[in-house]
Amino acid sequence: MTALQLQDICKSFDTAEGRVEVLKSVSLTLEMGQSLALTGESGSGKSTLLHIAAGLEHPDSGRVMVGADDMTAMGDTQRARLRRGRVGLIFQQFNLIPSLNVAANLAFQARLAGVHDAPFVAELAERLGLAALMQRYPEQLSGGQQQRVAIGRCLAARPAIVLADEPTGNLDEATGDQVLDLMLQLTAEASTALLLVTHSARLAALCDSRVHLRAGQLAAAQ
Amino acid sequence: MTRAALSALLSHWRNNPLQLVMLLAGLALATALWSGVQALNAEARSAYGTAENLLSESGAARLEHPSGQIDQAEFARLRRAGWQVSPVIEGRAGLGTGRVTVLGIDPLSAEAGVGAALAAADLEGFFSGLGYAHPQTLDEIGPTDHPLRATQAVPVGTVLVDLSTADTLLRADGRITRLSVSPIQPDGLQPLEILAPELRLIAPEDGAELAGLTDSFHLNLTAFGLLAFAVGLFIVHSAVGLAFEQRRAMFRTLRALGLPLRSLTACLAGEMVLFALIAGAAGLGLGYLLASALLPDVALTLRGLYGAPVPGSLQFDPLWALAGLGMTLAGTALAGAQALWRLWHMPILAPAQPRAWAHASGRTMRLQAGVALALACLATGLALTGDGLIAGFTLLAATLLAAALAVPLVLAAVLVGAARLARAPVAQWFWADSRQNLPRLSLALMALMLALSANIGVGTMVASFRATFIDWLDLRLVAEVNVLPRSQSEAEALHAFLTPRADAILPMQRIDATLGGQPGQVYAMKDHATFRENWQLIEPVANVWDRLAAGEGVLVNEQLYRRAGLRPGTSMLDLPGIGALPVLGAYPDYGNPLAQAVLSLDRFDAAYPETPIRQFAIRTNDTPGLIASLQDDFGLLSTQITDQAQAKDLSLTIFERTFLITRALNVLTLSVAALALFAALVTLSGMRLAQLAPLWALGLTTRHLAALELGRALALGLLTMVFALPVGLLLAQVLLSVINVQAFGWRLPMQVFPADWARLGLWASAAVLAAAAIPALRLWRKGAAQLLRVFAHER
Ligand SMILES: Nc1ncnc2c1ncn2[C@@H]1O[C@H](COP(=O)(O)OP(=O)(O)OP(=O)(O)O)[C@@H](O)[C@H]1O
Ligand SMILES: [Mg+2]
Repeated sequence: MTALQLQDICKSFDTAEGRVEVLKSVSLTLEMGQSLALTGESGSGKSTLLHIAAGLEHPDSGRVMVGADDMTAMGDTQRARLRRGRVGLIFQQFNLIPSLNVAANLAFQARLAGVHDAPFVAELAERLGLAALMQRYPEQLSGGQQQRVAIGRCLAARPAIVLADEPTGNLDEATGDQVLDLMLQLTAEASTALLLVTHSARLAALCDSRVHLRAGQLAAAQ
Repeated sequence: MTRAALSALLSHWRNNPLQLVMLLAGLALATALWSGVQALNAEARSAYGTAENLLSESGAARLEHPSGQIDQAEFARLRRAGWQVSPVIEGRAGLGTGRVTVLGIDPLSAEAGVGAALAAADLEGFFSGLGYAHPQTLDEIGPTDHPLRATQAVPVGTVLVDLSTADTLLRADGRITRLSVSPIQPDGLQPLEILAPELRLIAPEDGAELAGLTDSFHLNLTAFGLLAFAVGLFIVHSAVGLAFEQRRAMFRTLRALGLPLRSLTACLAGEMVLFALIAGAAGLGLGYLLASALLPDVALTLRGLYGAPVPGSLQFDPLWALAGLGMTLAGTALAGAQALWRLWHMPILAPAQPRAWAHASGRTMRLQAGVALALACLATGLALTGDGLIAGFTLLAATLLAAALAVPLVLAAVLVGAARLARAPVAQWFWADSRQNLPRLSLALMALMLALSANIGVGTMVASFRATFIDWLDLRLVAEVNVLPRSQSEAEALHAFLTPRADAILPMQRIDATLGGQPGQVYAMKDHATFRENWQLIEPVANVWDRLAAGEGVLVNEQLYRRAGLRPGTSMLDLPGIGALPVLGAYPDYGNPLAQAVLSLDRFDAAYPETPIRQFAIRTNDTPGLIASLQDDFGLLSTQITDQAQAKDLSLTIFERTFLITRALNVLTLSVAALALFAALVTLSGMRLAQLAPLWALGLTTRHLAALELGRALALGLLTMVFALPVGLLLAQVLLSVINVQAFGWRLPMQVFPADWARLGLWASAAVLAAAAIPALRLWRKGAAQLLRVFAHER
């Protein structure tokens, strides 16, 4: 079953140097339980594509389908509701809510979506190695710990798709690998689709398939 | 290097124009309110000076008779004995369409002074009736039969004329009001005590009564100006502090590039001086406009309340402008000191992101709690043992400051509690996030609390005063009709005319006297049910009215009773020509700056014979009939008759004027506080994006987030208001039972007016919503793009 489908997405930005076409008719399909790595040079438009997939940004043309729902036809409120319940987002940083402690952060999205399951969250925390940190606040965590909380929070809501934009970009190699391993393992178990933006060919190799973004178009990665 | 650094530092303001506007507006408003009030005070004081210079340059002593009148013969006798004295006739009279103070002098014998100089310019004209008056007075009274010339040298409301012209205008029948005594007298004169024992010699410094009487009024204005200035500095402090936080990264870079700390500090200090000068100049302009707008009301109040001549238009004084700029610079230094100090102590590699989160600010909170507690102790101590106006104002300041410092502590406790109680995730975040951002808003909230409690406090005082005053006025002005006889013979004829027609005729006679060391008046009181039934006495002795009627003692007004510390039943009061008399009780006498004593009619007549009757208060049950017969049968002018309603209106008008200024300043203070909140919210909204972005990514719309931001501002505003209420009532209590007693000499019972609080609550909510609206609207409309940038730039 298809979890996410992008059809002919075009996007350009007005900049000081004129109009820049970042995405030129990009199409992409992601099946349930599949993990896909998206690579590309800096400035090639990876984040832009991910933002469009998450409904955070509007494409100039093209369609975004989440399951059977056409997100590009939705209003702001509906898109937000969809994001709440079916899309998990993980960025390089600024994922956590600084005023809430780890426990509250972990449960936040699940409670927002109305699917909070305390034993499941406790189990996730245990597996992510967060059990001892539940009362801490984000600023009291290391970068790796913060990213693990973000992953736990995202998965606790049992989303259909997880969109991750260089989630380990701020971490050292060892920690990054550890975090990513956990993420791949957990998404596979929940048969959640994963779109992973990364610079690293090594990390991309861990995914089921890979695509490369260049000159606004996708190519199968070599 | 320094130049490059300076331009880099200044570029911050180009990118944050709103912050710059806030900083300048805060400074300008603070300067405007403070210097506006100073301009009002200075103008009034210089007007008092004009009044005193009129008669003499150096300030002449004067001779007065207790009755307020001196015979021509007496004057002639003193001149013949060689005394250098000059006669003066002074009194109120109707002229044109208004009433003025007519001041008659004799330019030939007068001491060198402004008056004599004016007369000397055209002596012949002066003798044949030419008068001098302030241009504003001429405007007010319109055309008259008397030739009047405009001059700034005469105070507003006064007309300077020759002695004989004054005699005609005032119908003085050749009686002189007082004699002015030259400071230089020939040797070997017979002492005045022997020559004229019944005349009192009053030294020139005692004559500076106006300045003394109005001091408390000016002190009140100054206190208000200072409060507004302080609230304005809150804005400046928060703007400077936030600009500092936002430029941390730039400071770090500049220092890493080799700019010495000393130069960096100097650059920032220079930047602040520049802003202070720009905003100070704008503030002075605003302050001048504010003062010009308020001056007519202040002038009317001062004229109505104290008879002080203050013109309704403002003059520009460069010294005032310099002092105002100095105050702005000092205030900016005060508000910016903390930022500079932190810069001085910041390690070169300080983190670029501000980390002053709630968890880290525990130490600050404890320190703040300690200072608040110490101030509260000081206030309690002053309330129990303090004495005098300065102690009163210190008590007021300590109370307000302690309460202001307690605001963040109280709010933090409430917010933590709310976060614990909240169940829904968004609610939980809402309260926790409010708590976390509290340190950045607390200065603005403190300013709001100060403005609100000042509003409640002053409002409660004014409303309490008003309620008490109206009740009191009803009892005080019971006489249905008052008439003013033009002369003694008319008074006698009136008395005879009224005797068969009125229920009671209560003559009003008084002399000026120094009572308990203060300028005051002694009144005669006829024993009548009007007084017995309506005057509510403070601490009366047993059978007080019978004892008063029997001439066994005096009643004093509350001002004299409190200031001189008189205890009815045990204290004695010295009256001129009589000696010490027992004090039998005190009566409220609101709005009167003078000391007063009341004596039975018989005792008064015996001590001060031939004192003119200035007014009759008449009791009747047919007011229109009596007024008609006074006009038609007796031939009294309508201007000589006032009925009860007119008298009350007059008193109430003066009263309302008195508090109009206070109210205007109140509104301004609240606006300044709203502006402070706006400044803080706008700057905060820029720094909050990283806090809001995760929520947006998690599926909260920008509209929802904007609504929550509005709700937060409102919740904090309402909490602040709830806290401000008891503080405001405490303030009212201090104003009513400490400041008023010290400044005016009367104590008022406090009354509460919940409807006023509700109205203020609505206003404050509107102000808070207005302050929060722009940042919230921006978040709603343009939030998505900015929030996206948080993730895209991975800042
Ligand atoms: N809001 C915007 N306005 C103008 N240009 C933009 C905007 N957002 C992105 N761009 C431009 O679009 C291009 C793609 O940006 P994007 O952030 O998607 O790149 P990226 O592949 O994620 O790069 P990186 O690997 O560095 O994160 C860049 O050239 C960027 O400058
Ligand atoms: Mg990117």
